[in-house]
Amino acid sequence: MGKKRVPAVEGMFTMDHSSPALIGGRSTVSGSYYFPKDLGGNDPEAVSDRNREEVTLSNKGKVWSYTSADYPPALPYVITEEPFRPFVIAAVELEKESMVICGQMMPGIEISDMQVGMEVQVALDVLYEDDESQYFVWKWEPLRRDN
Amino acid sequence: MGVGEVAILGAGMHPWGKFVGKSFIDLGVHAANEALKDANVEWGEIQFVSGANTVRNGYPGWVSGSTFANALGFQGAQLASSYAACASGVTALSIARAQILSGVCEVALVVGADQVPKGMFAPVPGDRPHDVDWLRFRLLGLSNPAYFGLFARRRMALHGDTEEDFAAVKVKNSLHGSKNPNARFTKTFTVEDVEASPVVADPLRLLEICTTSDGGAAIVVSSIDYAKKKGIKDPVRVTGISTVGPTYPNSIIDMPYLASDSWSVSGDASHTFKNQIAQHAYAEANISPKDLDFAEVYDLSSAYELDWYEHIGLCEPGMARNLLHNGDTAIGGRIPVNPSGGLGAFGEAIPAQAIAQVCELTWQLRGEAGERQVDDASVGMSINYGMFGHGSSVIARR
Repeated sequence: MGKKRVPAVEGMFTMDHSSPALIGGRSTVSGSYYFPKDLGGNDPEAVSDRNREEVTLSNKGKVWSYTSADYPPALPYVITEEPFRPFVIAAVELEKESMVICGQMMPGIEISDMQVGMEVQVALDVLYEDDESQYFVWKWEPLRRDN
Repeated sequence: MGVGEVAILGAGMHPWGKFVGKSFIDLGVHAANEALKDANVEWGEIQFVSGANTVRNGYPGWVSGSTFANALGFQGAQLASSYAACASGVTALSIARAQILSGVCEVALVVGADQVPKGMFAPVPGDRPHDVDWLRFRLLGLSNPAYFGLFARRRMALHGDTEEDFAAVKVKNSLHGSKNPNARFTKTFTVEDVEASPVVADPLRLLEICTTSDGGAAIVVSSIDYAKKKGIKDPVRVTGISTVGPTYPNSIIDMPYLASDSWSVSGDASHTFKNQIAQHAYAEANISPKDLDFAEVYDLSSAYELDWYEHIGLCEPGMARNLLHNGDTAIGGRIPVNPSGGLGAFGEAIPAQAIAQVCELTWQLRGEAGERQVDDASVGMSINYGMFGHGSSVIARR
């Protein structure tokens, strides 16, 4: 039996491994988008939860900016490898939603591979694991042309 | 707009550094006594103590007004304790100003101090999946320098800024800081020194990212009448304070958020909270950026200082590097920025930092800044951003 594959935090992304997407909110009053659904800045014209529907956000976007974590982040980030392996972070602009969302780039992507404006898509990767489960998180990866 | 003015009678600091064995209370009391001495005000005269809290020193840090009043000797003054992340000091000042202008008190002490473990700031412990500050660390490993790196790379892509431009900010501020006895780092650096330090958050290097420091800062503020009673005819005056929150939608991902707001409805991708902070302060003081003689801005990174030039209206977006390379923002230039040396020379002592900025405004406006004095300084601004959306800015004049 393999380990259970579970999201590291519920309700922020789908676990559809072939075509994952982030789960956000959309105001049924103003049409504005939110990520995470209930934890971003709030539109004062549409603050009530009952006016906010859950939506999957565009799973593709363009890199707005990027950076790297060359030193290990503090807890509660779980360091899974010693020595620490630096990773790349991207802030990605989604066109339809007109917003920018952060995520790590998939392992293997180097800072020299990155460019502002490059097209990326949502991917899933294991953030950490224990004896029973693998805990997944969304990351970004360069857009695959085959889809 | 135009609001009433209060006088800054005195400013005091405990030098910044790492002080193992001292507590934040020691640092705050030292700063408070320095400010009282500078103001020629006795502790017994203080009618209101406005403390800026530290969240890394247990309960005494969460009730800092009471903690500092107790350490100085309980004498019955009214108390307040404020936390607004990096904006805590100005939140504490804004309450003191309101008390003074409403006649509740005539003279107040504003004080903040911090003592923190070495290394990057981490969120409060515990499992909190409904806290974006917890989520950004847990899921993304998004530490504070990562935001600075994102802003810096964005400048490079949008405006053609270079890593050398960013290093030049550090060089300038290290020169300023070398002339400040309260600064933690007084060594001067070259662009080559900066470029030889390791990358922390691409494109930013270790020497370009503000460290965490211990320190304490305090000011004594009063009504203008009280200043006159003390024989001070021409005190430094606080003419504007900004403690605004964002107007939705903020198009920039500010700490600790995982995403920007959506501008799908407003259609305005250029609206940013950090522009609003300065605009409110200007409106209160009834001045515009061209009236400033100098500014103290929150250079959490070298590149971030350039963002602030634009957020406070010293130049159009993208033009900050021209100001820097013209020498405009160095001491002796047209509009010196961070004559104190800024966070690059101090590191950050969260609840004390915004008060320390106001200390620098005070000394500059009095012409008492020694080797780092800005010529003919008569109007100055300090500004920072408190995590989650607390604006913080002060305009003072002589």
